[in-house]
Amino acid sequence: MKKVMLGNEAIARGAYEAGCLIAAAYPGTPSTEILQNLSKYPEVQSEWSVNEKVAAEVAIGASMAGARAMAAMKHFGMNVASDAVFPSVYEGVTGALVYICADDPGMNSSGTEPDSRNFAPHMKMPMLEPADSQECKDYTALAFELSEQFDTPVMVRTTTRVNHGSSVVELGERKEVPVRRYERNIMKNTNIPAMARNKHKTVEERILKLREFSNQTELNREEFHTDELGVICNGISYQYAKEVFGDRASYLKIGFSYPLPDQKLKDFAAKVKKVYVIEELDPYMEEHCKALGIACTGKERLPLWLEYSANIIRKGFGLPTIDAAYHMDIDAPVRPASFCAGCPHRGIYHEVSKYGSKIVATGDIGCYALNIHPPFSVTHTMIDMGGSITAGIGFEKAERVAKRDFKVFSFIGDSTFFHSGITGLVNAVYNGAKTSIFILDNSTTGMTGHQDNPVTGVTLMKEVTTAVSIRKVVEGCGVKPENIRVVDPYDLEATRKAVKEAYESEELFVTIVQQPCALLKPVIAARKGQYCRVNADKCRDCRACINKTACPALMAADGKVSISAEDCNGCTICQQICPFDAIEKVGETK
Amino acid sequence: MSELKAIAIVGVGGQGTVLTSDILIEGLVDLGYQVKKTEQHGLSQRGGSVNCFVKYGDPVYAPLVVEGEADVVLAFEKIEALRWLKLLKKGGTLIANDHEILPIPVKMGKAEYPSDALEKLAETVEHMYILKATEEARKLGAAKVTSIILLGALVRALGLEDYDWKSIIRRKVPEKLAEMNLKAYEIGRNLMA
Repeated sequence: MKKVMLGNEAIARGAYEAGCLIAAAYPGTPSTEILQNLSKYPEVQSEWSVNEKVAAEVAIGASMAGARAMAAMKHFGMNVASDAVFPSVYEGVTGALVYICADDPGMNSSGTEPDSRNFAPHMKMPMLEPADSQECKDYTALAFELSEQFDTPVMVRTTTRVNHGSSVVELGERKEVPVRRYERNIMKNTNIPAMARNKHKTVEERILKLREFSNQTELNREEFHTDELGVICNGISYQYAKEVFGDRASYLKIGFSYPLPDQKLKDFAAKVKKVYVIEELDPYMEEHCKALGIACTGKERLPLWLEYSANIIRKGFGLPTIDAAYHMDIDAPVRPASFCAGCPHRGIYHEVSKYGSKIVATGDIGCYALNIHPPFSVTHTMIDMGGSITAGIGFEKAERVAKRDFKVFSFIGDSTFFHSGITGLVNAVYNGAKTSIFILDNSTTGMTGHQDNPVTGVTLMKEVTTAVSIRKVVEGCGVKPENIRVVDPYDLEATRKAVKEAYESEELFVTIVQQPCALLKPVIAARKGQYCRVNADKCRDCRACINKTACPALMAADGKVSISAEDCNGCTICQQICPFDAIEKVGETK
Repeated sequence: MSELKAIAIVGVGGQGTVLTSDILIEGLVDLGYQVKKTEQHGLSQRGGSVNCFVKYGDPVYAPLVVEGEADVVLAFEKIEALRWLKLLKKGGTLIANDHEILPIPVKMGKAEYPSDALEKLAETVEHMYILKATEEARKLGAAKVTSIILLGALVRALGLEDYDWKSIIRRKVPEKLAEMNLKAYEIGRNLMA
């Protein structure tokens, strides 16, 4: 049976067919849909873990217990997980263990674009790289087999255009793989130095065997058309290269990219008059080829940054490009990403924005980062998951040394708080920080498209579980109960009061800002029929509503402000801002 | 081997470009073409400028469509037609929905919305169709069926209207909205006449 599949859906299918039993992930673009799709197969126990290190450890534990297991993540996730992934390579596997790592060349949804292929030699872990959805399925399934065959975890590395590309996949049957027998084996499953010392040698010997495999496997495939030009390429770059050179080049398509196939690379290079290496981001294969003494051209012609296209390759190698055929002398105004109509983040950032340069706001990863744009313009810094609370601590220390009197406000979402915020909060309590932390609880992991997390009390498999209370966690970390507030950001007056208290507090202060994301289906259902409208008799067209909220539901045409009842959810933030009482609310919460 | 076609479906996040492209590629696969598609996910795409690229023919390698490569650009919104015109190949077809979604900076008075964008484009592009798809969708009862009206227009522009698109539409939309969507498809086809 054939089916059109997103690359991520195909990865999930590959894991399913390979008999995967346990899978874990934390959502992150471009990897999110892998576990979302895998959770549709009841044979696989899939979970949203609270972060990628936890996900990797859940998979490692399952593998040690003898079950085929997988953890999926984006490149940032591999950074977080790496502390667990490194030792898992020394320990090897009982049941197969597969990590999916999705890179994002072009930074479609990421703040940096590291090349995670570098992790493979660093970790000494074999790596596969699919180039379309069929290969996503096939390579993932094969990774499970290789993992058990070579007693090692295996990484499947993808890029956004492969994860979020769709093409036809031939489906297969699921192979049921029973959980292997478990025996206590501390030599294998612990890394106490005395035991680990022996294992490093084992790991290096394993790499030699894997290099032999790399030289034999059809994952590293030669397509010979001509001796004029040979192209060494991987993943999506293979597709671009084929589009550009067609049959006017021969190809060595690298699908098994760690360890690289030394002999195959040398043999291929010897058959052609010149060699190009085409790969996005780092010269990972090119440098290896050069170390083998292969004369080749790559990054001197092609960029080290952003994603490639057929045109970038044409340009790099001096071939005619396809160029825009039509030009207009009018520009399309940009559409900066902004808070949705009814977004609860609007209320808190509206109130905080009034403090202007009196505060320094350390930000975090999530939709709320969009406050960076006008009219809010609150955030000063953004680092990584959880970095708001901890960078705030450091910022405040420097403030004290410099004798400046900025107040530090740190903003973090509910899912990000559970991912990496709690340790930072404990550190703030322990080290006597006096920052004000705002935990923006919109009851979902929003930016990646509404995944459940510990606050929602529902798992990925849609089982009802214990909802974790942020307030109790905050208290449990040691924040004084009198320094904790819970506020509804749709209520601007209450929000204003809480922000003032946070600003004036001379101790560590935590405000939990609670209102669910306006786009959650139950929220839409509950607020159906609610909207705001403009009373034209009272409106003086001052545009405070538009200019202070930047709400997409507000419209201005022919000198009149109006509100789209289709988009508005009746949050009333604009109503509370209007100086002329010209906005009315229609409907009540059910 | 068959001729390679490149389609760009562009609009504003939340308008349904992904649904249109999903139905399109299912039909193309069923028609026996090699097909590849790429789309955007994540980071609050709602309200932002979005694109889906579809390539079909034999062979198809990468789904990415570059400037000057698209046989058809289907724009769900006026200035998105303007923004993505660069993708259209010489002599290609531009289908634009006559519908305005004002960007926030325009609403805040910090940028101008070129309301005459479609008229200006029509002076430049030889094969251009301006459709009042959202207006028609509202008449049917829901602005969101705009995406199916535009699908109807697109498959006609591609010369693929003989295929049974309706059975895929029926599978891809909520059951209670099926009839409305099937009507929307017919309207879209007729708008291209």
